[in-house]
Amino acid sequence: MPETPYPLNSWYPIAWTHEIGRALFARKICDRDIVLYRRADGEVAALEDACWHRLLPLSLGRLIGDQVMCGYHGLVFNSAGRCTFMPAQKTINPSACVRAYPVVERHRLVWVWPGDPALADPSILPDFHWNDGADWKGEGGTFVGLKCDYRLVVDNLMDLTHETYVHSESIGHDAILDTPFDVTHGERTATLSRWMIGIEAPPFWAQQLGRPGPVDRWQIVTFQAPNVVVGDVGVAPTGTGAPEGDRAQGVNGAFLAALAPETATSCHYFWNFVRTFRTDDAELTRRLTVAHVNAGAGVYDQDHRVLEAQQRAITANPRQPFYNLNIDAGALWARRKIDLLIAAERGA
Amino acid sequence: MSAARIVAVRDLTEDIRLLEILREGGFGSSSPGAHLEVGVVVDGRADTRAYSILEATPEGAVRIAVKRLKTSRGGSAYMGSLKPGDRLRVDGPRNHFPLTPGLPEYLLIAGGIGITPIYAHAQALARAGAEFRVLYAARSRADLALLEELQATVGERLHTFASDQGQRVDFAAEFAALAPQAQAYVCGPIGMLEAAKRAWVAAARPMHELRFETFGASGHWPTCAFEARIPRLGKTIAVPATQTLLEALEAAGVEAMSDCRKGECGLCALPILAVDGVVDHRDVFFNDAEKAAGGKLCACVSRVYGASVTLDIAGR
Repeated sequence: MPETPYPLNSWYPIAWTHEIGRALFARKICDRDIVLYRRADGEVAALEDACWHRLLPLSLGRLIGDQVMCGYHGLVFNSAGRCTFMPAQKTINPSACVRAYPVVERHRLVWVWPGDPALADPSILPDFHWNDGADWKGEGGTFVGLKCDYRLVVDNLMDLTHETYVHSESIGHDAILDTPFDVTHGERTATLSRWMIGIEAPPFWAQQLGRPGPVDRWQIVTFQAPNVVVGDVGVAPTGTGAPEGDRAQGVNGAFLAALAPETATSCHYFWNFVRTFRTDDAELTRRLTVAHVNAGAGVYDQDHRVLEAQQRAITANPRQPFYNLNIDAGALWARRKIDLLIAAERGA
Repeated sequence: MSAARIVAVRDLTEDIRLLEILREGGFGSSSPGAHLEVGVVVDGRADTRAYSILEATPEGAVRIAVKRLKTSRGGSAYMGSLKPGDRLRVDGPRNHFPLTPGLPEYLLIAGGIGITPIYAHAQALARAGAEFRVLYAARSRADLALLEELQATVGERLHTFASDQGQRVDFAAEFAALAPQAQAYVCGPIGMLEAAKRAWVAAARPMHELRFETFGASGHWPTCAFEARIPRLGKTIAVPATQTLLEALEAAGVEAMSDCRKGECGLCALPILAVDGVVDHRDVFFNDAEKAAGGKLCACVSRVYGASVTLDIAGR
């Protein structure tokens, strides 16, 4: 069993782009406290959130131009983490620095690379373009410090059987249990596909489609190791050709999850639900957001309760490994991809 | 510290020796510029010395290079005595001299045994396809350790200088030719470092972009014995060439504060009351003006070339 459940040489979301401005912003990912801010040129800087001198969080200090001044003794660090000022001396200790983390802004999120900076390659950022706000519309949100191992969220999203039991009044349906699914995998991906043909639409999708009659429902959920899940979901009237590729008569959405471990047993969950239908309907965007997260009453609030309770139980009653069911194939492929990434960097 | 053993030893030059060290369980990943702390025995006492890691071997050992110094404090003599199979204690790796990734250009400058971290930097930059050059100076061509290895991986980016042939690095010209956001990394004797610093300031470049690592063993003057007098304590203490001033004070029971013991932090600085000879400032804590004024010296690395120095010390 790996010491930590996450690889370090990966891009992790740490904030929405709109959260990072000309002020210090602190967040922990992968057990590392990080302070973020936006430089005058618009680029985001991410530094170790502990002064080189006495480890006070730099986020308690001040942003001065493009540099951070520690709030304790006034040491100053530039956006590369180099110390540029020390009090009461004419020189600067050559060892003085804080760690600077590689950062990329893409798909409306700020991504940080907590591992070896020499390996930080923006071309291996996960594909999260559904979140760009262009063809797919949605608002989304964040569960900051969700109290569970991020892999429990991956398990949850890679096995939609749970919809029948956790979300029975909205998107759950017995057909999910009766319909076989396919699982395929690539080097860093695992994909679970399920087509339910000629079923009665569950309440949420019946409302979105807005017409009666049997539907074909699809769930095509793709995991990108170690931390992104995109679920292509929707319904179309049976017989209009959706399984063959023509979804024109249907309604298509996608649930998006970008995860960052905070610690081994907590995570930040950047989520969105986006759609290609009624994209100009701001009221629908708002209602879909509220349907997911709404002071405990949304669909994701239901998952939140399950995930945190599951983590509490795991912590209290450690039992390895889990027992697995047939329905866990997608989650197990996802976990295997994570384990391979961890093993690869441990061996490096 | 954990147990390790020597797996190979090879002479690189007349006075520089390569050691390959294997630790049970390996060393984990180490970044270029990192060093290993090695437990040494000096005059029968345990002490530690830091050596930059050149590279890891495919078998998981690390290579370091050690120079045998005539006025060794004992560490290099101990390291020079090690043979394959010998056991030793190591700690680390730690890195106080990491590369900042993603810069448009890098200038790596090494003097003598200062090549060790620069060698690791050069390999990493070559692998990353970065824009960089290596300036490598030594007393003579025969003293350019690791020359063939560097030529093989760095090729035309390597420029060598042999001081016995009158070849010198022209810091002003080198810095003038550098891209605006470039950094220079220097590891070499104090004279080289100070020349680089002056040229860097003269080129109006930000001081924190000149990166350097010190090894505290080189000075502007030869390393000789001298006397330290402390009137406040009524003591006169002999400082042999094989001991630092700070070590001699401590051995004589003088309570002195210190931390880094390599001339960086300034905690061991003592007021100079008088000097018979010249103070050889070997630290990087004081700037040129402060050293010229001669108010204090860093006892961990600085010495006197001459008969004696009279110092004050914190009272109690």
